[in-house]
Amino acid sequence: MTVDRDPSPKFSEYAHPERLVSTDWLAEHLGDEGLVVVESDEDVLLYEVGHIEGAVKLDWHTDLNDPVQRDYVSPERFAELMRERGISPDTTVVVYGDKNNWWAAYALWVFTLFGHSDVRLLDGGRAKWEAEGRGFTLDAPDVATAEYPVPVRDDSVVRAFRDDVLAHFGSPLIDVRSPEEYDGSRTTAPAYPEEGALRAGHIPSAKNVPWGKAAADDGTFRPLAELDAIYRDGAGLASGDDVIAYCRIGERSSHTWFVLHHLMGFENVRNYDGSWTEWGSAVRVPIATGSEPGEAPVAAAR
Amino acid sequence: MTGSAPSESAALPEALAEIRHDFLDLGVKDRLQLLLEFSNELPELPARYADHPDLLEQVVECQSPVFIFVEIDDGLVHLYATAPRESPTTRGFASIVAQGLDGLTVDEALGVPDDYPQTIGLVEAVSPLRIRGMTALLGRAKRQIREKSAA
Repeated sequence: MTVDRDPSPKFSEYAHPERLVSTDWLAEHLGDEGLVVVESDEDVLLYEVGHIEGAVKLDWHTDLNDPVQRDYVSPERFAELMRERGISPDTTVVVYGDKNNWWAAYALWVFTLFGHSDVRLLDGGRAKWEAEGRGFTLDAPDVATAEYPVPVRDDSVVRAFRDDVLAHFGSPLIDVRSPEEYDGSRTTAPAYPEEGALRAGHIPSAKNVPWGKAAADDGTFRPLAELDAIYRDGAGLASGDDVIAYCRIGERSSHTWFVLHHLMGFENVRNYDGSWTEWGSAVRVPIATGSEPGEAPVAAAR
Repeated sequence: MTGSAPSESAALPEALAEIRHDFLDLGVKDRLQLLLEFSNELPELPARYADHPDLLEQVVECQSPVFIFVEIDDGLVHLYATAPRESPTTRGFASIVAQGLDGLTVDEALGVPDDYPQTIGLVEAVSPLRIRGMTALLGRAKRQIREKSAA
């Protein structure tokens, strides 16, 4: 860890408080040596209308995804992205973004796949920074290219594939989409008509906990007691559980992955990034409809 | 296959053809800047809509709330759109559709190819998934035109 962690009392109750920074902390540490601030938004143009001074842009679609294959970029390309943005392996990276850090959490999750050790989220994201009147700049940051050796991407720890889900039945699944997508009344989120699948519904036995429940009105993460009420009391998760989360294309569920793993301390949490666009179009995988989770099918042998 | 750009260009209304030309004339990075200019050009909603939030169609999820209103005046189409300042890409898409359809006859507007958004060089700049948002926007606009011209 290059830059000291944020000692805010709010974070101390979380399992990994070193994964969050407050807007106060960031305002004080902007410009620190060894710190790079990264903006990752849903909206590809938002950075251009103003960003935190010195922040670099990383787009979750056009930068982090392979342009052809449905997968993340290669380790070579990831290293190149890091170099271009002045990030080296020991850099402290703070990610923030729009819409309650949905895409910032996704970027953080991809950094995790590539083993970047110190990557943190700005609690409350872009909206909180703006609401506090902290200001944005149009100036392009002055980035000195860094060294970043080609990393090894490890998909085995925080990423689940379709076969992993088939072998997972009997253990908890969390579906973070809207209730309408979950119960099968629609195959897409209301404004994303083309992110659909051929069948609607959910993976049998998955509990529906829309991702946004983890965020308070100001976009910050809810206190641990409230998260416990949502995910332990509400969705039945228990300490020691092995959990897979999914949504439609894997970005909202990386937000839930962050909450379950870094805030609540579940050790084994994977994000199924194929999510509903894959599952709802795959041949002969089991599907449940309606508002109830349904029975877990027999798990496939591994 | 259907929908190749050259065969459509003959029927494409002038404003939309010009917009396409302007985008394709630029390198990929500059296309983002042009989209930002369109975003900034999206006019405020006329008061008759701004004062009537009941006319707004609420979108349930957490994506950009974009609203479009079609008016047909003397057989000519006028499209008004609103999207939050925090969603400049959506505003840019809405602005292109609004400027491109403004003043067209109902038939001309309905004749705009559904895949127009895929032909203006933004797929590489903003990703295919995002451009589908503009396709949906155009589709909704045409649906409103159809409904309102039938009424």
